[in-house]
Amino acid sequence: MPWTTVQADKRPPAEPFGSNGGEREISYRSAIREALDQALELDPRVFLIGEGIDDPGGVFGTTAGLAATHGSKRVMDMPLAENGLTGVAAGAAMTGMRPVLIHMRVDFLPMAMDQIINHVAKWSYMTGGRTRVPLTMRAIIGRGWGSAAQHSQSLHSLFAHIPGLRVVMPATPHDAKGMLLGCIASGVPSLVIEHRWLYDRLGPVPEEPYTVPAGTGAILRKGDHVTLAGVSHMVVELLQAAEELAEHGINAEVLDLRSVRPLDEALLITSVRKTGRLVVADTGWRHCGISAEVAAVVAEHAWDRLKAPVRRICLADCPTPASPVLEQAYYPGVAEIVAAAGSLL
Amino acid sequence: MDIDRKRLLEIYRVLQRIRCFEERIVNLYPDQEMRTPVHLCLGQEGVAAGVCLHLRREDYIFSTHRSHGHCIAKGMPLESIAAELYGRVDGCARGRGGSMHLVDPRHGIPGSTAIVGGSIPLAVGAALSAHLQGNSRIAVAFFGDGASEEGSFHESLNFAALRRLPVIFVCENNFYATNSPLSARQPGVGIAEKGAAYGIPGQLVDGNDTLTVYHAAARAVARARSGQGPTLLECRTYRWKGHVGPQCDVEQGCRPRLELEEWKSRCPIAALRAKLCTDGTATDAELAMIEHEVATEVTTAFDFARQSAFPNPGSLLDNVE
Repeated sequence: MPWTTVQADKRPPAEPFGSNGGEREISYRSAIREALDQALELDPRVFLIGEGIDDPGGVFGTTAGLAATHGSKRVMDMPLAENGLTGVAAGAAMTGMRPVLIHMRVDFLPMAMDQIINHVAKWSYMTGGRTRVPLTMRAIIGRGWGSAAQHSQSLHSLFAHIPGLRVVMPATPHDAKGMLLGCIASGVPSLVIEHRWLYDRLGPVPEEPYTVPAGTGAILRKGDHVTLAGVSHMVVELLQAAEELAEHGINAEVLDLRSVRPLDEALLITSVRKTGRLVVADTGWRHCGISAEVAAVVAEHAWDRLKAPVRRICLADCPTPASPVLEQAYYPGVAEIVAAAGSLL
Repeated sequence: MDIDRKRLLEIYRVLQRIRCFEERIVNLYPDQEMRTPVHLCLGQEGVAAGVCLHLRREDYIFSTHRSHGHCIAKGMPLESIAAELYGRVDGCARGRGGSMHLVDPRHGIPGSTAIVGGSIPLAVGAALSAHLQGNSRIAVAFFGDGASEEGSFHESLNFAALRRLPVIFVCENNFYATNSPLSARQPGVGIAEKGAAYGIPGQLVDGNDTLTVYHAAARAVARARSGQGPTLLECRTYRWKGHVGPQCDVEQGCRPRLELEEWKSRCPIAALRAKLCTDGTATDAELAMIEHEVATEVTTAFDFARQSAFPNPGSLLDNVE
């Protein structure tokens, strides 16, 4: 299928995230693969399971070759049974293992809602902490090439509503590795949501294993005039928008929320209290989405410093269309962010 | 396979322990101090006892909303179950789970789920864990007839068969999902027969004949323990109370009275008692002594539960991951 090999984002790659000129730079895709490789190497309790994860494609390259290195007992294909196998992975997690369950697409997670929401998320609490579920799930947001309504969803806000789950959305190669390792090491049910359009982006990634904890955001660019906050691929758009705004003398502060549950409220509040303005950009829809939660946190804790209304940049309120013309109308980007930020000043 | 006298008396004691514990719930429930929906297994005790007595302490069971019997048969202390029913801090889940989420990792009970079909893949996962860790543990999934209609049942059997995992699927077919009869829900293919679709031996068992369950479970456990893979047991039985609560639902017209009376006449405990007395395994006095000891245990457990403290409201958010 063409969209498994084509880099859909045709724009020239931006500067590597956080480049300091010295460190090794690898792609987001390679960073994920390295994290899985190291987790398997470091912890005998870790195993990977997912549909086709041992095939030559290896989940867009993120599991390529891992079965050959670590064996079929630790990198296993599975039947097309998302709910059942989520339960299987959860049962293994409850009894001493550290599974990483991998879905090629976020859109497959709704098939596993019963196990994720009713079981995985609640087990520790409803057993009084006597049985924990150290399960990590990965799922990838698709976009473009007519992926349409069932191959492109960003459902993080749905999961972020549920107490007992951690939901992270790394935007940089550094965080892709560190957050995945952090989730596996945490012993807590975690959902790592990746974005296909980030896969080829380069950035500095330390070779040794390290963890980035859920619940911490990151400031990717300092500024005083407006806070631009977002998740996943929208962080790329925000950084580019900040460049454009700078040309107009507007210094934007760019926050990568990174984690939608827990949300780094302190980082967000501090930034907005400083700038007095907020544009929040989500890869998902507006209604009851993470952008609403971000706006609410700001309303509760930075109201007295706001100089302008909060602006939200989200998907159009419809399922994803297939035609490229409609796709273009559906996905907001740099232009919308720049316009929104400009309207606040 | 002969069962020695000691084991027969142990089976009888476990049956009595479940029966007595649940009858005590029926007596005390009107006090409204147990504020948790109870799904009683009165009448179904033979399945729990017949299966769990084969299991080692470290073997896993995953049970359902109707889990008291399984957990008691697996060796869980009665105090921790009773205190959980009363929402107390000494409950097995520290008052977080209630009747439907009994847990005791020290006795191989990682937890119980109230979502029909949920226990099945979890047990397969525990079996996968044992397989990957190379230990000799096995796992048992308890579930009802309704769960055999869920996708998770089929997904779990498929995967367990594919990997030849050490798991036993124990379906307690009591013919009703809440008030919906089996005949309104399934086309008449036996639940045990569904195993064949996945290459899993399926056996139909009289769930009210505890020793028949015991023998069938022995074969399933031996298969699992020796790496031959999963077994599906359909144990036909009947619950004496309604789907939930201490009342019988016959008065409301949920089930035919004759049907209930017929099944009650086949009480698994009365049947075993008669057999043990008739064949000279035990005297009436010996069995009465067991009944007396069990009743004392149950009284102690409920006294403990009612004296236990409630959880501190300040601990509300504990163990939210």
